[in-house]
Amino acid sequence: MTTQSFGKAIRRTEDDRLIRGHGSFTDDAGSAGLSLTMIRSPYANARILSIDVSEAWDVEGVQAVLTYNDLPGRLVEPLPLLIPHPSLVAPRTQYILAKEHVRYVGEAVVAIFATDRYVGEDAAERVIVEYEPREAVVGIDAALGPNLVHDDVPGNVAADHVEHVGNVDQALVGAPHVLELDLDMERSMGSSLEGRASHATWDRHSRKLRIQNATQTPTSVRFAVANILEIPDEQVEVFAIDVGGGFGTKVIHPWPEDILTAWGAIEYERPVKFTEDRVEHFISSSHERAQRHQIKVGFDDEGRILGLDVDFVHDNGAYTPYGMIAPLITATQLPGPYKLPNYRVRFRSVYTNTVQVTPYRGAARPHAVFSMERTIDRIAAFLDIDRAELRRRNFIQPDEFPYDLGMIFQDGRPAIYDSGNYPELLEKVLAMIDWDGFPERRSQTPSGRRRGIGVACYVEGTGLGPYEGGHVRVETGGKVQVSTGLASSGQGHHTVFAQIVADELGVPFEDVEVVTGDTRRFQYAVGTFASRAAVMSGNAVAEAARLVKEKAIQIAAEALEANPDDLEIVDAQVQVKGTPARGIPLAQVAVLANPLRYSFSEAARAATQFAGAGDLDEPPIKPGEDPGLEAAGWYSPVRSTFASGAHAVEVEVDTATSEVEILRYCVVHDCGRLINPLIVEGQIHGGVAQGIAGALYEKMAYDEDGNLQNASFMDFLMPYCTEIPEVEIDHLETPSPLNPLGIKGAGEAGVIPVSAVIAAAVEDAEGFQINHMPLFPSELHEMRLMNAEVSE
Amino acid sequence: MNTEESYEIRLKVNGKTQQITAPARRLLSDALRGELGLTGTHVGCEHGVCGCCTVLVDGAPVRSCLTFAVAVQDREIRTVEGLAADGGELHPVQEAFKECHGLQCGFCTPGFLMTACALIEQNDDPTEEEITEAIAGNLCRCTGYQNIRAAVRYAAEIVRSDKT
Repeated sequence: MTTQSFGKAIRRTEDDRLIRGHGSFTDDAGSAGLSLTMIRSPYANARILSIDVSEAWDVEGVQAVLTYNDLPGRLVEPLPLLIPHPSLVAPRTQYILAKEHVRYVGEAVVAIFATDRYVGEDAAERVIVEYEPREAVVGIDAALGPNLVHDDVPGNVAADHVEHVGNVDQALVGAPHVLELDLDMERSMGSSLEGRASHATWDRHSRKLRIQNATQTPTSVRFAVANILEIPDEQVEVFAIDVGGGFGTKVIHPWPEDILTAWGAIEYERPVKFTEDRVEHFISSSHERAQRHQIKVGFDDEGRILGLDVDFVHDNGAYTPYGMIAPLITATQLPGPYKLPNYRVRFRSVYTNTVQVTPYRGAARPHAVFSMERTIDRIAAFLDIDRAELRRRNFIQPDEFPYDLGMIFQDGRPAIYDSGNYPELLEKVLAMIDWDGFPERRSQTPSGRRRGIGVACYVEGTGLGPYEGGHVRVETGGKVQVSTGLASSGQGHHTVFAQIVADELGVPFEDVEVVTGDTRRFQYAVGTFASRAAVMSGNAVAEAARLVKEKAIQIAAEALEANPDDLEIVDAQVQVKGTPARGIPLAQVAVLANPLRYSFSEAARAATQFAGAGDLDEPPIKPGEDPGLEAAGWYSPVRSTFASGAHAVEVEVDTATSEVEILRYCVVHDCGRLINPLIVEGQIHGGVAQGIAGALYEKMAYDEDGNLQNASFMDFLMPYCTEIPEVEIDHLETPSPLNPLGIKGAGEAGVIPVSAVIAAAVEDAEGFQINHMPLFPSELHEMRLMNAEVSE
Repeated sequence: MNTEESYEIRLKVNGKTQQITAPARRLLSDALRGELGLTGTHVGCEHGVCGCCTVLVDGAPVRSCLTFAVAVQDREIRTVEGLAADGGELHPVQEAFKECHGLQCGFCTPGFLMTACALIEQNDDPTEEEITEAIAGNLCRCTGYQNIRAAVRYAAEIVRSDKT
């Protein structure tokens, strides 16, 4: 039998070129050509009175300096609204270059094409833009106030949405106990170490526009560019070879710079590159996470939740290119692993004069889990019931799947949990952290320290549609070439898809080569986001491999004069089951799969027209067949599959400095069948680190005028290794019944419950309520003073 | 307007001396990536905080985004491309990062490799504190650092076992 790859901690095939410095990131492409430099608004809300670019044109090396008025054709239109939604009554997207008005600090105003970025920035200094500033709308309070971000959007409300299950009002009236909570979270952002980037070349001979782009969705970048430039799709090729982290930010497309580089490449017949610098990433890409929640919960004496009423406000920044996806995810993922017979959620999504808000790893689930888990802990405290026990009493039980939440998920389909075992997740994580032994450990806390413990559970909808595809081709040299349309930004797709194909086809893992995110290889795809790539493309390449296997067995059956049912593929050879001596190498089957007139090798002679093979009364390619040992496979799920997990953390808080130290961090994770535990654990490590960053270190520090005061790595406290502890991981494998491989997504999970679990542990240590994240030492110090006053 | 003065600059990179013509303000990171085509050195922040652009100058880790090319003329510069010969045997730090899954997107990786290389070539038996101290100036957004620490530990182990 071929050695099985699925489930093994195989080392990544991606790594060799990356560790040798031979990766191919977008900025690595092309040294000649033009560089695009953007001039961005220094005001959060202002009218543009005049722009004088005349002196910039004089700088040696400048090709062009453009403002909105210089843009041709469809480039004058606002960028597309990527995901419309019925609740989004006032969608707004930005222009490629600002038209009359700027609505956040960082909005693109002028584009400079120059021989390099140094020259571009010299020219930028010579452009004079005159603004008339207006009152900036910064933060949720201001958004609900009198000043407007868009003059034609009253109250700054982009969307006002309600979903309702059961009858909350009645449940709350009848509940023996009702508690109210106000919870809020701050902004952070993806902060991939590679910023946004695009490199476009126009080959006027073949009439092809070739774009290397740091994107999570190359196929959609292609359609968007072709559409806006009004050229045929066939003239546009987009590929993302290596992408230096995405985290959701690089789902957004097309960015103004994507269009300008593409347009400029054709217009000036020179390659054009845009490489975002760090400041630009802070002020002109995307942020996420600012939300404020008001919660009312009714429950009985045993702590069973009878009704939950949630009203939250989502700060969507200045524009809504990604629709209402983030707040919709909070709304539908808030129930988590708990039974909520009566649940109502309303959100208002409001405009502010800040960078747009679009999903960042976790995608509004951290807020959902923070809200739900804080609520559970508050009920436990009120009733004086152990927090773990209160969770047990409210869990959806393993025999209750499929479990219908009664809501519509972000894929437009019913939110129905497919499988899971939430009680076991909890028991495992409690055992791991020794929950019951905590009182003993707490009693040994050193002086000057306070110790606390917390636990949090979550459910994550993953692997959503509409579809992905995969293509598998066996080359006559024996290599198996696999492609899928979605892009990779560190997830190890090349390795895991090769594992899947190797097993399905019966070839050694080493023979499989995978390409992702290249429209020249695979034209149809959705993209890498929502923890969907392994589920979607994994099942698609598996299907493609099965079709190739079927075809190989048919062809080999003729060549071997055997019954197809008696054949198997082992170690890249098609053979009679259990009789390796009667077999034919897959590479030779690939030769036979393509009837030839011209031979290119000794092996290929067997497929030529005088070789004497085949029935002379049949055409060489029979009706319904295709030449080549290849096939495309598709996977399109009826709905999302739901992964889950439980995190527990033990912390110590310093009584003098208010610094939070993580003593132990434990994760039990269930993403169905594991394709590669090494890679899944790596995803969890990184997710937890981003969660800790968002819980204790990072926020976007806007001043009241809308200036981002910490737009650099000097001031935005992205953690180094000194801030991130070791994470202990255990798995549960509850297969998904929705897809043949039984897998669920794993990419985002690590980040989701971190703010909730750290808040729980700090609350346990301090003895007062934690309702706000992130939690900086200065804030914790203030809270201590306030709570001391209250108790005096 | 403002034609800039250029300089002939001799750069000794990975044992090979090459001459480039560049203005005084050309950063070493841009000279390596642009003029010399050594794109393995990455630029993550351009203000010396993330460590992606770390190269070794006379054996010590240096931020190439804060260094002018003209300032390191004739010094011994090592970049990630110099750790192993093309297609040749991996350097222990490269081997260890692969074995321990110490990289995901790979963008920060060259900076970590060069930093770790400087550490273990000076000290093949570093303590946990020494490892932390060495890599605490490099940012990674993907891995949570756990496997990077493991990789540095393992790289030192490889060096020690190669000696015995």
